[in-house]
Amino acid sequence: MISMDAGDTFELKVTPDRYLTVRYAGASGDFNPIHIDEEFATQVGLPGRILHGLWTMAQVARAHTEALGGPDKLERLSVQFRGMGVMEEEVVVTGTVREVDGERATVSSEATQNGKRIIRNGEATIRL
Amino acid sequence: MPVNTDAIGKTYPATRYAVGREKIKEYASAVGEHNPIHLDPEVARTAGFADVVAPPMFAVVYSNAAILPGLFDPEVGIDFAHMVHGSQEFRWGPLVVAGDEITTTATLSDVSERGGMGFYVFETDSRNQDGETVCIGTWTNIVRMG
Repeated sequence: MISMDAGDTFELKVTPDRYLTVRYAGASGDFNPIHIDEEFATQVGLPGRILHGLWTMAQVARAHTEALGGPDKLERLSVQFRGMGVMEEEVVVTGTVREVDGERATVSSEATQNGKRIIRNGEATIRL
Repeated sequence: MPVNTDAIGKTYPATRYAVGREKIKEYASAVGEHNPIHLDPEVARTAGFADVVAPPMFAVVYSNAAILPGLFDPEVGIDFAHMVHGSQEFRWGPLVVAGDEITTTATLSDVSERGGMGFYVFETDSRNQDGETVCIGTWTNIVRMG
């Protein structure tokens, strides 16, 4: 049983390096060229290669499991993707415990980069 | 062109994924997971697991092959050039460990249109070799319509 109270907060900071999306593509199986091919990305109107949304969601998930007691505590996580994440800029994940009710807690979260939200309306259910 | 809702409810063939220790390690490294429960079989066993534990978001890896046929299904008709991943939800059951065999079935659960955008929602149901549901995924892709 882990102890937490409404209003508790946690934070995770991580800076994806220049080749992160290549490693994540291999690890996840998502080889969409907008993440790994600079030329392709710029041709389709992006500023350059962008982060995989699901990598950023994995940072949100990790922020929860590191702060709240391990992978078995995470029962549910939902997020909305907004804008685009880039490499070599710090990603900041913040989480706030909203409600603690018996065996479950509800946590809200977001991820930002340069002050812009790249994940919003994160909501998780935690097993206490 | 309005969205085509005829394919709502369509289910795609199940895929099977054998979870490997080195794949978990590779994934954990790519997402920055340093908890030794994901990396070291001895630590995982001491913690009561049969082998190294997959991080929850490893669900992306074992359900990836199940989601692809729907995305490319002409009956669904997703316009890739204008598609973005809008939102995602996962609900997890028992933790997945190396050695598990995960079977995933994907269903097109909804297609709708609002504000000039098409919303295509797929649901994946992943079960382990004992029939336990290890993850339900809800994948919402948004297509900007011309």
